[in-house]
Amino acid sequence: MIKVTYIQPDGREATVKARPGDSVMQTALNNNVPGIIAECGGSMACATCHVYVAEAWQTQAGARKDGEEDMLDCAMSEMRDTSRLSCQIKLTEALDGLRVYLPEEQG
Amino acid sequence: MTSGRIVIVGAGQGGLQAAVCLRQEGYLGPITLIGSENHLPYQRPPLSKAYLKTGQADSLRLRPLSFFNDQNITLLLGNAVTNIDPATQQVAHCSGTLVYDHLILAMGTRNLRPDIPGLEHALDLRTLDDAERLRLAMIDAHSVAVIGGGFIGLEFAAVARGLGLQVTVAEAAPRLMARVVSPQMSEHFLKLHRAMGTTIMLNASVSQVNAKGIVACGSTVKADLVVLAAGVRPNTELAQQAGLAIDNGVRTNAHLLTSDPAISAIGDCAAFPDPATGRLVRLESVQATTDHARLIARRLTKGSSDKYTSVPWFWSDQAENKLQIAGFATPGDVAIMRADGAVFCFEGDYLSAVETVNDPRTHMQARQLLVGGARPTRDILDNQGYEISPIQR
Repeated sequence: MIKVTYIQPDGREATVKARPGDSVMQTALNNNVPGIIAECGGSMACATCHVYVAEAWQTQAGARKDGEEDMLDCAMSEMRDTSRLSCQIKLTEALDGLRVYLPEEQG
Repeated sequence: MTSGRIVIVGAGQGGLQAAVCLRQEGYLGPITLIGSENHLPYQRPPLSKAYLKTGQADSLRLRPLSFFNDQNITLLLGNAVTNIDPATQQVAHCSGTLVYDHLILAMGTRNLRPDIPGLEHALDLRTLDDAERLRLAMIDAHSVAVIGGGFIGLEFAAVARGLGLQVTVAEAAPRLMARVVSPQMSEHFLKLHRAMGTTIMLNASVSQVNAKGIVACGSTVKADLVVLAAGVRPNTELAQQAGLAIDNGVRTNAHLLTSDPAISAIGDCAAFPDPATGRLVRLESVQATTDHARLIARRLTKGSSDKYTSVPWFWSDQAENKLQIAGFATPGDVAIMRADGAVFCFEGDYLSAVETVNDPRTHMQARQLLVGGARPTRDILDNQGYEISPIQR
């Protein structure tokens, strides 16, 4: 069982169950986690599923994909070293326990 | 209004998003989402792309069934709405009636079916069921003819070509995607598709469809499969019968209210004032419907009187090419191509849209440039060599 914790800007946390293969974005939508808009449905055409990956999970979450940095750089909330588009993080058992922080604004 | 009954007609992306946003904004009253298809609300854009290759309907689903129970949203699927009565605030559907305090129309569009003899031989690409029929038909097909060289026709053509089919696209206009992109971008994609081995016929009105293919410009194009992608028209009949103002869509004001204050309209069926020009526009766009949903949810839940000011944006994936458009240009606009291929469209002196291919940075910068209906002038952009960053915000 993969669990992901989403942390809102005000500190509230929601830990939800994820299906392997789903993205961090899709998992948020399936569980009605606010703060992920995901306008383009995961085709990397918007930047409304921006998350900050907790530092302890950065390596497991992997590197940014081609073009992801350009999108993040222009996202509504500031890009940091830990910024990712959550549609580009696919969940596996290795990411069980993943923690991501949601930005103030998405789009 | 924090507890009235909200009924949403149409369970596509707009209708679903309206329900989602209402709950996220804290709306506590009953919400009913009613749709004519039998599927849980799903994403449409991948139907002409990834889905045709994978057939994975699960990954299109916007929310699982449990979501609707958890959020206390009544979901009526397979229920076509047959009548809207604004006087009694009731919606009739195939298996009953619903009373509303506020109604949200998210009825979307349907495929335009031109008057072509034999068109019944052509397959549509609009719904999940259409896409599934098409995907199965492609398994045994060797050649395909596509009627229409717009986004959907070309996205499909790229997938079919990628699967090794012989592909012919017949477009009635003199250039591809003529309604939505500049001549330069049409030309760019014409070359791309031809380089992929697709036959593109321009100025090619289709006069006949039959079991063996199509007849375009008097010549026969043999095809095992014919796909109709000649555009869409908004579903406005119910609104019209209900006496709502219609103008190339259900007409709304800047708050997305129709001519009846108890009815809002959203997404592809709504004609609303463009924040940049004030002109009535109707967008076939996931972004617009999502942003509409957010605005309406804030209005109904928190009494917000915000006007709709989102920058329109669009995308189309054709093979490895991601076309992105920020803003909204009309076919008569002047278009200037930057050395790297980004196209800047101007209506008179004012920037109306920026088109890019595989250049998310410029796309995102352009969206920021056009925020809130801003319209930078051609002089300013010209002086900057059409580089956006120095004049941002």
